[in-house]
Amino acid sequence: MATATAGLGGLAGLAARFRTCPVTGLKVDAAAETLIKANAVAAVVFLAIGGFLGLLVALTRWQGVHLLGPDTFYLVLTAHGINALLFWIIFFEVAVLYFASAVILNSRLAAPQMAWAAFVLMVVGALGVNWAVLQGDSSVMFTSYVPMQASPLFYLGLILFAVGALIACFVFFGTLVVAKEEKTYEGSIPLVTFGALAAAIIAVFTIASGAIILIPTFLWSLGYIRHIDSVMYKLVWWGMGHSSQQINVSAHVAVWYLIGALVLGAKPISEKVSRVAFLFYILFLQLASAHHMLVEPGLSAEWKVFNTSYAMYLAVLGSMIHGMTVPGAIEAAQRKRGYTNGIFEWLRKAPWDNPAFAGMFLSLVLFGFLGGISGVVLGAEQLNIMMHNTLYVPGHFHATVVAGTTLAFMAATYLVLPLIFRREIMFPTLAKWQPYLFGIGAGGISLFLMGAGTLGVSRRHWDITFSDAALGFDYPGTAFLMLALNGLFAILATVGGALYVIVTVATVLFGERVGPEGPKTPISAAPAAVTAEAVSKYGSAGTLHLPGTYVLITVFFVAFVLYYFVNWKYLSELWPMS
Amino acid sequence: MAVHPPEARIWWNEPVPKGELLWVAVAFLWGVIMFVMMIWWHLEGRQNLSTEVYRIDPEVFRSRVEAFVERHKVGEEGTTGIPVARVPPGGDAYMLGRLWEWWPVLELEKGKTYRLHLSSLDWQHGFSLQPVNINIQVHPGIEHVLTITPTQAGVFSVVCNEFCGVGHHQMIGRIRVVEPGTGG
Repeated sequence: MATATAGLGGLAGLAARFRTCPVTGLKVDAAAETLIKANAVAAVVFLAIGGFLGLLVALTRWQGVHLLGPDTFYLVLTAHGINALLFWIIFFEVAVLYFASAVILNSRLAAPQMAWAAFVLMVVGALGVNWAVLQGDSSVMFTSYVPMQASPLFYLGLILFAVGALIACFVFFGTLVVAKEEKTYEGSIPLVTFGALAAAIIAVFTIASGAIILIPTFLWSLGYIRHIDSVMYKLVWWGMGHSSQQINVSAHVAVWYLIGALVLGAKPISEKVSRVAFLFYILFLQLASAHHMLVEPGLSAEWKVFNTSYAMYLAVLGSMIHGMTVPGAIEAAQRKRGYTNGIFEWLRKAPWDNPAFAGMFLSLVLFGFLGGISGVVLGAEQLNIMMHNTLYVPGHFHATVVAGTTLAFMAATYLVLPLIFRREIMFPTLAKWQPYLFGIGAGGISLFLMGAGTLGVSRRHWDITFSDAALGFDYPGTAFLMLALNGLFAILATVGGALYVIVTVATVLFGERVGPEGPKTPISAAPAAVTAEAVSKYGSAGTLHLPGTYVLITVFFVAFVLYYFVNWKYLSELWPMS
Repeated sequence: MAVHPPEARIWWNEPVPKGELLWVAVAFLWGVIMFVMMIWWHLEGRQNLSTEVYRIDPEVFRSRVEAFVERHKVGEEGTTGIPVARVPPGGDAYMLGRLWEWWPVLELEKGKTYRLHLSSLDWQHGFSLQPVNINIQVHPGIEHVLTITPTQAGVFSVVCNEFCGVGHHQMIGRIRVVEPGTGG
């Protein structure tokens, strides 16, 4: 390709394309930098739209407010899911892919023109889907289960967006090849890039699943295909729908490692273990289509048990490993930096006023405790009978993709702004509070949605008072309380989200340019005043004493086991079925 | 750092710290336990989803449900006009989902075991039995036969919990469970 060879045109050309980052010493390719900016900006725009729509959803489900009418509610709910879950997250992930390949590997980006084509396709696709939904004839929810039908533009927009994302993945793979060929780094790729690679490999699988089901569905909506089997649709659709959430997991775990590294100089405790954990994601996460089909007719129990558990919980094992190695790496780094007193000085004196770190650590905790545990319980074959399609499901995934992925990406933004956009962060005090407001808000949303779900409340439901239904039913009063609390925490999360958008947009447009000596607020946190105990080389006995991390994972494990078995106890009280 | 290539070029031969290894072992074993739990519940547990499933034309299912109602109708639910079918203890019960109702209302006896036939005539629906909290997906063209034993008497509602269009939130059905011998 012309673009791929153009970059090889002499050293002068190469020199002009790069700048050297004053903070990290990395060489930054100008084309990669512009593309990272474009994708990050698009991501924030769709987050603002999706987040605002989410607030409308929460205020409608709060029965005391009950903001929207039924037609608008279902339309807004469809648009909320697609903008927040697909467009915001995938645009940001493309930015992460370009960063983790070109920037971290000191390389030029392969085929920047293709990357721009990908960007245009994604933007056109995203606008097309939004247009279709706004017409009011495509309120089919994010999942668009057949035989319910949306307008052809809805499916076409999704297909275009997916093709764009696929091209972006291949630009990422191409950049890895270029970097290796041009020897821009020594040895193996860094862990962060490895995590991004896992995300990109899963993305290819995911997009292929999407193509396999969305292209025939598009043709069906045009009338060229007569029938799409509803169970088959779900099986393949969730090959995209759930596996794409594993792209998010891989990407945000990579971002956790990235922030730990840049802010605290954290190194993985063991490269081998962390990489194997990513490998588990690649090998097993795509089985998770089953998570959405545990109470479906027509699938065998054997298939459900094997797939829902990712072949004996091997992908869960991957996440549990990261859940230990990420805080472990941070504890080791902090101890090395001199915070060696007691079990938790390293955590107490962590840079909590640095929004990148605060967001990252909150994301880790909320993802693990709320998202991880609830996901495994929800995905246990028989337990799913008590939770399928209740609000427990959105409760679970708001912990994973909002408190987990979205918060991690927000945290990463506080590094991207000074390092890539090269602007001093505006309103630093607001930025400092932002991750807490958003994290607590998102945590509350997931907790209270899960609470309402445990009480049986249906998801995607406009009116749980059933006021205009022929037969009535009263959910317990506590359910209404849960949904009111969900509304309050959604407001909190919206404030946090709005602050993020304001800080980001203001910084990009009006922020003071970062000088050649680097940003005024240093990226990496200050070490302790006394560093007598600091050791020179990582891996020495002193740094691998991680009592704080062991306490944290023990608490996590006990919570996990107790909650898991409590749910089996609830299940045993249900009407017997076979 | 995690943004640099591994310090040791041959990183895959480096020893893993003991604490980390222990956690990996604990997490792996926990996974095995959770895996076995699901299998064990199939053998010993009493709440497992039936895998008895048939392909069926929605029109055929509709006529079967209508014939069932014809045979077992004992009245109507309040003023709604929805028929109430009293199912013979241990017999076959039918309920269909369509935009936007569950039909008919069923009357079952506590402690008796029934074969409940579920299917949809149009889109997907969600059979959410409340407040018991049993949730099962219902597809058009597929007849799902559950063997189910009510253990409480009372009035139970079937909320549709799969989005099925703008009348979704009005779609609600009913199952009445009576003490043995007190029916009708």
